[in-house]
Amino acid sequence: MRDTAEPGIVCEGLCVVRGGHTALTDVSFSVGPGTLTGVLGPNGAGKSTLFGAIAGTLPVAQGSVKLLGAATERGALAYVPQRDSINWAFPATVMDVVTMGRTWRLGLFRQPGRRDRDTVRTCLERVGLWEQRSALVTELSGGQRQRVFIARALAQEACCVLLDEAFSGVDVGAQEGIVEVLQTLRDEGKIVLLATHDLTNLSQRFDRVLCINHHVCAYGPPNEAFTTEVLEELYGSHGIEFAPNHFTTDVGAS
Amino acid sequence: MDYLLDPFQYSFMVRAMIVSVLVGVMCPLLGAYVITRGRAFMGDALAHSVLPGMVVAFLLGISPFFAAVPAGIVIALLMGAVSRRTGISEDTSIGIIFAGMFALGLVMLSRATGINVDIEDLLLGQVLGVSQTDVFVSLGLTAVVLAGLYGFHRQLVYTTFDEVGASVVGIKTSLVEYVLLALLALVIVIGIQAAGIVLVMAMLITPAATAYLLARRFVEVMVIGALVGATSAVSGLYLSYYADLPSGPAMALVATMLFAAAAVAKRGRMARRAI
Repeated sequence: MRDTAEPGIVCEGLCVVRGGHTALTDVSFSVGPGTLTGVLGPNGAGKSTLFGAIAGTLPVAQGSVKLLGAATERGALAYVPQRDSINWAFPATVMDVVTMGRTWRLGLFRQPGRRDRDTVRTCLERVGLWEQRSALVTELSGGQRQRVFIARALAQEACCVLLDEAFSGVDVGAQEGIVEVLQTLRDEGKIVLLATHDLTNLSQRFDRVLCINHHVCAYGPPNEAFTTEVLEELYGSHGIEFAPNHFTTDVGAS
Repeated sequence: MDYLLDPFQYSFMVRAMIVSVLVGVMCPLLGAYVITRGRAFMGDALAHSVLPGMVVAFLLGISPFFAAVPAGIVIALLMGAVSRRTGISEDTSIGIIFAGMFALGLVMLSRATGINVDIEDLLLGQVLGVSQTDVFVSLGLTAVVLAGLYGFHRQLVYTTFDEVGASVVGIKTSLVEYVLLALLALVIVIGIQAAGIVLVMAMLITPAATAYLLARRFVEVMVIGALVGATSAVSGLYLSYYADLPSGPAMALVATMLFAAAAVAKRGRMARRAI
């Protein structure tokens, strides 16, 4: 029986060691249903490591990651990978990639049926890519590719979506489009975590931001989390230059 | 027409034709994964590493299949395990096992007495010499590989395209990898009969690479690859019969020429599009 309790992710004192180095230390935060959370930090800050620990693909050295309610179900977590971790030599169409979202439901020896095809169509229509269904994913723009992967997460019927470096290789206009789609997922009660190293005005569109640089620098609503100290801790002096012009005065305007 | 049918008055040619078609179809089906995963070196290494197993079979007087199949699977698993469990890079560990096992096979062959095996046939293939048992075992192995490819198709596709995403949804990516290596070992053993240890690569990757140039989708790579592979194998067999050429090199050459033709056609098409 599916767990219908509301999903949640709770990290308590999480430490993860990768290649002999401590990638994350003492990370504690929790997210509940219907939240769009930005995970911000410079390259190598441990954002992907955090996602790996949440998804259970990386071992936890200390502390814990707890998935609650519907998030404990099989197939509850969907992952939108970084561009570099995809094998682009594999010739997959938009339809092929979104159909992958049905794989865990099908198991061995079963091929997608009518219901699966209907679901794939609905998901592609939602992200506005049904017309491009026969295109190879390599023929799409960065923003369209991200929407294909979001459609795959939808086809998986996941309640938690983790997007790793979702804005890299995506122009600003398309980033806006991605955030809009993610906001609709949030409004349906899903947990959406989006990791990015880009500090843009879009950060103001998240419900909460988790600023990490191997540890949690700040966690909360963007206008509270982005203090001068936090930005300096994340991005050094460049962060401070950013802060007054870009955020503090921008709050409420965007 | 007689030209095409004439060879089949001999039963050895009928057997050779059956095995050639199986090799031509099955190698590119696995080859499609080999080229999109960038595992050509693994395929080559696997082919060379089954030599000791085949020599043991000759010494025991049994069909080389019965030793080569388990040897291939064990080596495939070993290669996977060594690269996963040591800090050594994958291509280095494959190279070590590849060279070591091939050397062992050659030493065993030089020391073995009382076996009637032509080393050239082993290395380059001699499809005209396959026995009835070889045909039946090849058919059986083909059925196993087809079932494996069908059953694991979605998992193989997912892990080939996006390994991290696949593991997040709970697909056991190392199990899928081992299944692929085991299927690859089986196909290589079927292919060795026709193209030999050295040239089985020509059947495994060349037709699949030809198809990769011509097809759009992955499944099309498999289907076109199988057609190109079967054409190469059958044409090579006729060439072998009429021009008295060794079968393996004949098949490999046809496959290479088809690849060259596809590459030229693709370049021409791209150039026309650019104008």
